[in-house]
Amino acid sequence: MRSSANVVIIGGGIIGSATAYYLAGLGIKDIVILERSYLSSGATGRCGAGVRQQWGLDMNCQLAKASVDIFENLREELDYDIEYRQGGYLVLAHNETQVEQFKRNLSVQAKYNIPSRLISVKEALEICPYLDTSRFIAATFCPTDGHANPFLTNYAYANAASRLGVEINKFTEAREILIEKGRITGVVTDQGTIRTSIVVNAAGGYSREVAAMAGITIPTYSERHQILVTEPIEPLFQTMVISFQIGIYTQQVPHGSFIMGISEKEEPSHNINASWHFLEYMVGQAVQILPIFKRLRVVRQWAGSYNKTPDAQPIVGEAEDLPGFFQAVGFSGHGFMIGPSTSKVLAQMIAGQPPEIDVSPLTYKRFQTGKLILEPSVVG
Amino acid sequence: MEEKKDIVICRCEDITLDMIRECIRNGADNLEEIKRTLRCGMGPCQGTTCMPLIRKELARYLGVSIDEIEMPTKRPPLLVTKFETILEGVEGEE
Repeated sequence: MRSSANVVIIGGGIIGSATAYYLAGLGIKDIVILERSYLSSGATGRCGAGVRQQWGLDMNCQLAKASVDIFENLREELDYDIEYRQGGYLVLAHNETQVEQFKRNLSVQAKYNIPSRLISVKEALEICPYLDTSRFIAATFCPTDGHANPFLTNYAYANAASRLGVEINKFTEAREILIEKGRITGVVTDQGTIRTSIVVNAAGGYSREVAAMAGITIPTYSERHQILVTEPIEPLFQTMVISFQIGIYTQQVPHGSFIMGISEKEEPSHNINASWHFLEYMVGQAVQILPIFKRLRVVRQWAGSYNKTPDAQPIVGEAEDLPGFFQAVGFSGHGFMIGPSTSKVLAQMIAGQPPEIDVSPLTYKRFQTGKLILEPSVVG
Repeated sequence: MEEKKDIVICRCEDITLDMIRECIRNGADNLEEIKRTLRCGMGPCQGTTCMPLIRKELARYLGVSIDEIEMPTKRPPLLVTKFETILEGVEGEE
């Protein structure tokens, strides 16, 4: 392991790997990633793999659209098949209030050339013929939303970063951030100390603990979310089906299996054990929207952490109270899908360049000033 | 050691010895990353057949003893279960 670096990134998930890749691409040398376990062991490797642009706030639409622009070319850019597919996202509306909200969202999405539209139940059936029509009254659909394999995306960025000279230390845990006179001077790990003046907190579920090492208090917390995967079957439909009201999403991935998740009431914790309750609840809710699912067979279930903030929006940027301490954390369940663009913007900020998207509202100071960002379209 | 292209190691996902060796050569130095890259161990048997073989292969490549290679997590429900069966279980309790 290096004894000094220009930038030390804590976390080897999509944010850490992609930030390292974009930083190296901007000509920054001597970048080190610290990952305390294997790559993709945290939230990235446990996520639902969806890529959605149907948001209700300008900045989220911008970040999501910019990520899709990156995803569309990532296979060529990183020379790695990430199983990216644009089968769309079908968002179910269950009542008139939701229809009105979705119309407002669509007008924001249209500003950024996101090709989403309001559709009738009949049109929804053309996209997904198996929906129970008694369960929704309309939907929105965006054909360029879709799916990417989170493991492969993570490895694609990590491998590309390695080729550009980034040092990736797996099974290496950051223990302490050294600070002298208000400046970062190093990171102590269980494998030795690295001198550096710039540290990136990309620690996903453990963001608050890493921020605390730098003496920064952030209100992020981890919350268990669970997913199951079925046996592969013949292709039924391409789109992701999602309901904010039920907190459910499901999609058939290129492999042929269905992935599905649902939000449950959980206390903040680092618990990532799967539960039987989830299996029963998930299956019970899924068959109500898609009765054909009765004949699916579950192969595995797993759990991971959403790292949440009080307004379900991430914290991105340099800490006002500690120069050189950058963060991209608290994605609240949508870190994978906006990971590529957010990492690119973060790399630009670290390199001292103007970021291509203004993410200044994502400062952690908003939780002190009360300037919260309230996004209407989040899943639990 | 050559001519092993057609040796299927993971029968659930159709993964050959060659693919596993390439994955290891490309930097996957633990079973979790091999599983996540190739899907071996993600099928119905969850690695019961393939993981001991891949573990041996990885240990040999890294020059360590098999005991030093950690096995991936096995996840519930262990046996492939039809949604209908789970639903019947729920109804039976009520």
